[in-house]
Amino acid sequence: MDLSPKRFADTVVVAPAGRIDQSNVAAFGAALAPVLAACAPGKDRVILDCARLEFISSAGLRILMLAARQTKAQQGCLIVSGLSPLVQEIFQISRFTMIFDIVPTLRDALAKASPAALAELDKA
Amino acid sequence: MRIRFWGTRGSIPVAMTSASVKQKLVTMLLKAVGQRFDTVAQVEAFVEREGPMPYTFGGNSSCVQLDTGGRDYVLCDVGSGVRPFGNDVLARRGPTGHTFHVFMSHLHWDHIMGFPFFVPVYVPGNTIRIYGCHAALEEAFRRQHCAPSFPVDYGRLGATIEYVRLEPGRTYEVAGLRVRAMRQHHGGDSYGYRFEHDGKVAVYSTDSEHKLEDQAQTDAFVEFFRDADLVIFDAMYSLADAVTVKEDWGHSSNVVGVELCQRAGARRLCMFHHEPVYDDEQLVAVLDETRRFEEITRGERRLEVSSAYDGMEIEL
Repeated sequence: MDLSPKRFADTVVVAPAGRIDQSNVAAFGAALAPVLAACAPGKDRVILDCARLEFISSAGLRILMLAARQTKAQQGCLIVSGLSPLVQEIFQISRFTMIFDIVPTLRDALAKASPAALAELDKA
Repeated sequence: MRIRFWGTRGSIPVAMTSASVKQKLVTMLLKAVGQRFDTVAQVEAFVEREGPMPYTFGGNSSCVQLDTGGRDYVLCDVGSGVRPFGNDVLARRGPTGHTFHVFMSHLHWDHIMGFPFFVPVYVPGNTIRIYGCHAALEEAFRRQHCAPSFPVDYGRLGATIEYVRLEPGRTYEVAGLRVRAMRQHHGGDSYGYRFEHDGKVAVYSTDSEHKLEDQAQTDAFVEFFRDADLVIFDAMYSLADAVTVKEDWGHSSNVVGVELCQRAGARRLCMFHHEPVYDDEQLVAVLDETRRFEEITRGERRLEVSSAYDGMEIEL
């Protein structure tokens, strides 16, 4: 699965697209793992930009939970942005809104993650 | 087949508080301002229509009856809900001459605690046949009657009590039902049951955690639920709780219940084993959200979603 990872200073943005469900959740986890593993402990932040995400199942949400757990263990953080109204509902119903830092847009997420990352976005 | 819910609460029985009763009355009276009622039926119709929920989820811990119209009684678990069930049997059909078939999901206290208060167990002439897959089936029932936990020793129970050890995966014929057990993920294991009768299928699957990373287990549950008319499902936690702070506590969520039932082509999902800290208002909110989740994830077939409460009946 292509997550289109992009780096803005000390922040990595991954952008899953389409549906994440039982059929491709393993591929999603496999694609996310090297991105997280490459993050510098205590330095890098991760943003999950969901602007192109159409649906996510419980198994996909669990992968996100594991990603958040890993970034926290690496003294980083994971911020979620760009949820569509439908995916926002799924987060709300599953109560994942209570365990993730969720902001409306990628720009909001970068601003929250790091001033250097936001500056790099503005430069681009 | 008619399903009757005598106990639906998880972990421990709960009672509706005085504050909750008062709140329901205040809300209802406010809604009734300006209304005119000339008959009791009009009042009842108004209450049913306008809520707030004209009943309480209760209540008692797990006990579900499967009524096939046969003479014998069939139950799943004997939580505190078996006490009102027993009293109902006595009131309707007298104290003796009954046979009860009880299928045990597991032997945790909330699933056996009603047994000492199940009056037919004290009456000679009744037969209680307890089915389960745990080796300690009989021991668990005997032990809770021992001093100092209970004043009436097991040896003084008047009914004939028999234990039948089942093997998961094997199909049995009991009281006109075809029944098959499946092992579930729960502390000390639990077992779900798939019942078939006269072309209808009811699945009782409580105290069961679903490991989302275990594809084989997920597929096995989809097959166990396949084309069921009703799946009674442990939806105790939110998905977020079930995979984080309450991971390995042995329970599941509304979201996973919908997903499994949709994949299995089940017709109805009934959420069960409610979290004891939730009041009626919170459980109604969870029900509304779960129906919405079903709607936005629906495939070709609609899954009917309900939330069990003490006294609820579902005709299959």
